[in-house]
Amino acid sequence: AMDTDLSSQDRKDLDKFIKFFALKTVQVIVQARLGEKICTRSSSSPTGSDWFNLAIKDIPEVTHEAKKALAGQLPAVGRSMCVEISLKTSEGDSMELEIWCLEMNEKCDKEIKVSYTVYNRLSLLLKSLLAITRVTPAYRLSRKQGHEYVILYRIYFGEVQLSGLGEGFQTVRVGTVGTPVGTITLSCAYRINLAFMSTRQFERTPPIMGIIIDHFVDRPYPSSSPMHPCNYRAGEDNGAVYPSVEDSQEVCTTSFSTSPPSQCVFTVTKAHFQTPPPVVTDTLKVPVMGLAFSHQLSSSRLSYQPAALGVGSADMGYPVLFAGGLNAAHPHQLIGPGKEGGVPPVPSQPAHGTQADQDRMCTPLDGVHYSAATPSSSEDTETVSNSSEGKCGSPHDLLETIFIRKVGAFVNKPINQVTMANLDIPFAMFAPKNVELEDNDPMVNPPESPETESPLQGSLHSEGSSGSSTGNTHDDFVMIDFKPAFSKDDILPMDLGTFYREFQNPPQLSSLSIDIGAQSMAEDLDSLPEKLAVHEKNVKEFDAFVETLQ
Amino acid sequence: PLSSRCCAPSSAAPAMNCRAEVLEVSVEGRQVEEAMLAVLHTILLHRSTGKFHYKKEGTYSIGTVGTQDVDCDFIDFAYVRVSSEELDRALRKAVGEFKDALRSSGSDGMGQISLEFYQKKKSRWPFSDECIPWELWTIKVNVVNLANEQERQICREKVGEKLCEKIINIVEVMNRHEYLPKMPTQSEVDNVFDTSLKDVQPYLYKISYQITDSLGTSVTTTMRRLIKDTLAL
Repeated sequence: AMDTDLSSQDRKDLDKFIKFFALKTVQVIVQARLGEKICTRSSSSPTGSDWFNLAIKDIPEVTHEAKKALAGQLPAVGRSMCVEISLKTSEGDSMELEIWCLEMNEKCDKEIKVSYTVYNRLSLLLKSLLAITRVTPAYRLSRKQGHEYVILYRIYFGEVQLSGLGEGFQTVRVGTVGTPVGTITLSCAYRINLAFMSTRQFERTPPIMGIIIDHFVDRPYPSSSPMHPCNYRAGEDNGAVYPSVEDSQEVCTTSFSTSPPSQCVFTVTKAHFQTPPPVVTDTLKVPVMGLAFSHQLSSSRLSYQPAALGVGSADMGYPVLFAGGLNAAHPHQLIGPGKEGGVPPVPSQPAHGTQADQDRMCTPLDGVHYSAATPSSSEDTETVSNSSEGKCGSPHDLLETIFIRKVGAFVNKPINQVTMANLDIPFAMFAPKNVELEDNDPMVNPPESPETESPLQGSLHSEGSSGSSTGNTHDDFVMIDFKPAFSKDDILPMDLGTFYREFQNPPQLSSLSIDIGAQSMAEDLDSLPEKLAVHEKNVKEFDAFVETLQ
Repeated sequence: PLSSRCCAPSSAAPAMNCRAEVLEVSVEGRQVEEAMLAVLHTILLHRSTGKFHYKKEGTYSIGTVGTQDVDCDFIDFAYVRVSSEELDRALRKAVGEFKDALRSSGSDGMGQISLEFYQKKKSRWPFSDECIPWELWTIKVNVVNLANEQERQICREKVGEKLCEKIINIVEVMNRHEYLPKMPTQSEVDNVFDTSLKDVQPYLYKISYQITDSLGTSVTTTMRRLIKDTLAL
């Protein structure tokens, strides 16, 4: 009954808008996590493929993944499109950072004009998405990726799974658009206990690329950093292998009419492009983009023998080697501390045929052509329900194993065999001495303060503070950037954690320092006789006062 | 921090509600420009369209708006702005003047910058056109002075986090889908949009600012209106 109110043309248009909105949403999110600045040009003349009047590039692989996840369906009630952003360290540990959800609820707006108002509001929503993707914590993390971790994305369709985000995750709403068939909502749930992920830590940790090379190849590679920002326009020149969105024959040419009552002449033309045969497997020459590269990553063998990477020759390029250090297994399978205690050893064989190809890296990498020799798995039928399996370990268990090594990181032995002697890095206390969960949980046993203490605290920690009441100049708490509930910091840019750190070691009172103290003491002593004389004069008043207190 | 109210327009035009939003930030002196640009660009991103191209029979097509990331130098923050150098220049000019006025006003460092979207209503000669505001954004700025480098480092991060909240607030307002001027016919387009830029088309807007003196009264030391329409009536 709902649909009969909507003309069939409107219904077709609406479905098309929603489909392309979903695809563009995925592009915006993934591109915002590539780790580079995005720039597109305005054009006063409309081109056929700029949906929603916004210049949003279409990375073909991303479109392909999104279409694969959607499988011809559209977001509907109970069927949401989710883009999961996770972080994967060079040791292979991973952690979900964000889930972006495109959902549909039942609240319909029958009056709204599809081809005009809905379209414009979807455009506005995409602009909001552009803005919001830069303000969640994962953005800053993704801008610094490449050295010790990379950012991955995964698209799934169905029920939203937020359990991997840890406790206390926050939600930000990007916006909603009412349509005659339901209300589209776009939101993001993001992890907030990134205790060891604060961007300050990343700035101070030196890159470890050199060590990765040493463990992977015998011959030296050029020392220039492989993590160049990816110019994905170059990728287009090389020819994307996946059918680009233009090839799908859905080109949108919008014209709007201002003649009352705001009729919209909305033409969708079929564009005829040459479609290269869509090649979906991993065994192809993938284009230069970092995202496509991850296809290779996900099915490569985890091993430090270059030959075993299965990519052969000299032009395999540095990025592949780095990526080889990442576990190719499905990231969710790594998270086993909840089951066994401690972190399971990194398997030396990757799981071929796992859902690894569901995850794509967002790392922009240098352009290198190569071909994969390892056959890929066929598409998996991983369902959303798997995503939370094995995640019973608290986030802290994962976090403590991150960044605990600089040397020998890619020696292929289980984490718990790494000796303490090798740990000359911050947060050394977090290195697991054994696989006991609780002992290593920093929330249970707070460690000594690492070298990287609050800079503000350092400045307040003057020489004379040995007399300070705490006596202990270290943070008693792990340095977490948290936002306590109901804290208001409008006047000063300070939250509770900063306030605590700032004032927990106040500078020594000047009166207690020797020089000034001695001076004022002398003055005090000099003025004492005078003061006593005054008090003696007024002794009657004082007595009367004391009487009133009886 | 975000308060919303409706205010009647100052002119004696037919009553139309102008919604007003207020944002407040506390920043260090050298962060003023970037913080203001971040907020203004985010608002204008949502309030700009592609260029309209009118065709016969009253239809029009819309150009494409590009976007780009901007990293701040003095704040741990990045934002997205419309790819239009003209628009960026106009905003930088206004924000630069605001910053100079703040600096020269004395040590108090309080002021506000306003971004007003308006429509023009043509009047018959000899009356001049009326400007009817339909949305007013006010950003109140409090400049703090910091003593040392460690405090500045903390401030970089804290202001960055604050700006993230402001962006979320702005997006919330935009998402309410409240009044927007009707899409104009070709003859009316300059009453609704600023058509002077070559690559994008923001709604007609004005930027003005006020500096608050130490007594807390609002002293308009410089009231500058940057009127973006090209008409020189």
